[in-house]
Amino acid sequence: MNAEHPSIEPVAVAAPKDRAPAEKVRGGWTRRHLVGIEDLSREEIETVLDVAPQFIAVQQRGSGIKKVPLLQGRLVVNLFLEPSTRTRVSFELAAKRLSADTLTVTASASSVVKGESLHDTLANIEAMHSDIVVIRHAYSGSAQILAERHASHIINAGDGSHEHPTQALLDAFTIRQHVRKYREDPNAGLDGLRVAIIGDITHSRVARSNIWCLTKLGAKVVLCGPRTLMPAGIERMGVEVTSSLQEALRGADVVYALRIQVERQASCLLPSIREYIRLYRVDSDSLRNAPEHALIMHPGPINRDIELAADIADGARSVILEQVSNGVAVRMAIMHLLANSPRPAA
Amino acid sequence: MLTPDAIAHAIHRMAQEIIEANDSMESVALLGILSRGRPLAERLAREIHAMTGVLPKVGSLSTTLYRDDLRSSHASAKMGSGETHFDFDVDGITVILVDDVISKGRTTRAALDEVMDYGRPARVQLACLIDRGRRELPIQPDYLGWSIRTDPLDHVAVKLDECDGEDIVLLERALHDANE
Repeated sequence: MNAEHPSIEPVAVAAPKDRAPAEKVRGGWTRRHLVGIEDLSREEIETVLDVAPQFIAVQQRGSGIKKVPLLQGRLVVNLFLEPSTRTRVSFELAAKRLSADTLTVTASASSVVKGESLHDTLANIEAMHSDIVVIRHAYSGSAQILAERHASHIINAGDGSHEHPTQALLDAFTIRQHVRKYREDPNAGLDGLRVAIIGDITHSRVARSNIWCLTKLGAKVVLCGPRTLMPAGIERMGVEVTSSLQEALRGADVVYALRIQVERQASCLLPSIREYIRLYRVDSDSLRNAPEHALIMHPGPINRDIELAADIADGARSVILEQVSNGVAVRMAIMHLLANSPRPAA
Repeated sequence: MLTPDAIAHAIHRMAQEIIEANDSMESVALLGILSRGRPLAERLAREIHAMTGVLPKVGSLSTTLYRDDLRSSHASAKMGSGETHFDFDVDGITVILVDDVISKGRTTRAALDEVMDYGRPARVQLACLIDRGRRELPIQPDYLGWSIRTDPLDHVAVKLDECDGEDIVLLERALHDANE
């Protein structure tokens, strides 16, 4: 059937003198590691959010194969030296859906309990030719230290009370999806949105990464919680601070409840859980101050009826399970960008 | 190089060939490789509809997630051309991949892998408007508009009304002498 298609002896058309280099990479990505949101530009954050939707589509393939070969033959090591289920499972699944080989090392099952240093642990993992190492560690700055000394791509999955960048990215992605749907504008962003983050700000890496991420994207962040759990001088990050829940929720497009760590009571930072519930719980009562359309978010795991009322967590405005689904796609986007971007010229 | 008339003529002839080569248009779907394969697939579908009364299903393939040159090319993080989208089951049907230009054959390879991940088509065929040669893989189009001989640095630009506001194919010759 293709026996005799016409063939042309081309007539030369002069090429434009300096043709644009291939195609300009939109939001070019050159980073090798993801340590925190603090040093990302708005453009880089938006690149991640723009790349993620196609990975949602991969997971929604009905009877088809729910994976793509972007990391085929590469090794992703999850080094989780602090307890975590949802983040670890999310990273594992993201790596598997990109066709990578995965290994998970947890603190109790590793030589860390025998006193091995973090550098030695990673050096041993790299001796087995890891490509990406996802690290969760109790010390702030651990991901940065590893990124400076090791060849693998390092992804920070939570370091102490410093940052939890992938959580902030998946939260921003979830918010953006809803804003776009709500405003019926496929290009809408977070500019001008009011996001209330409620709870223990001092100890929360989720709060810190989210503040960086949301403010870079143009949203207005309001922090709310007991004074004892609010870091002094946090206003310098460009946020509003209040200890009144009512005030925080007024006009909030997003209500983000943080997990209260009940053990903080032992260190006298939290007078009593009863008092916290009375003053700061997000429930149908306190939500009367927020607009009808406000989204309810939580990074999990939830203490039901402590920071967030159970009926609200399960209610129509809650997007908590969407955060979980989106988390896999956003982590796929991050791993793809880190591992598949051209090496910048040395 | 190609005028709007020549493009329309080529699409008409390719549609005829598709009808001749397949028993029924009911079980044929056209998957346009983004970005310019999609409007071509739609035009082929309209021609087929005009000739047979059956409008084949049309979808889009992105192929970005299946490329083999991500780490070396400028294309890496670029996702701008859109996402794979079709709302039919490929199992057991004839899928015709539609692209504007075929050269190395690597995009077609990626498209084949992607389609196979969605299901098991009865057969897969390939339709291209332009074959500029320089193949690196054993892949040939079943339906072809025009074939042209090119140098590696030449640039074949297919412009379509739907994307670019005009129908035209340009060959931009690299100026060897001036720079060597």
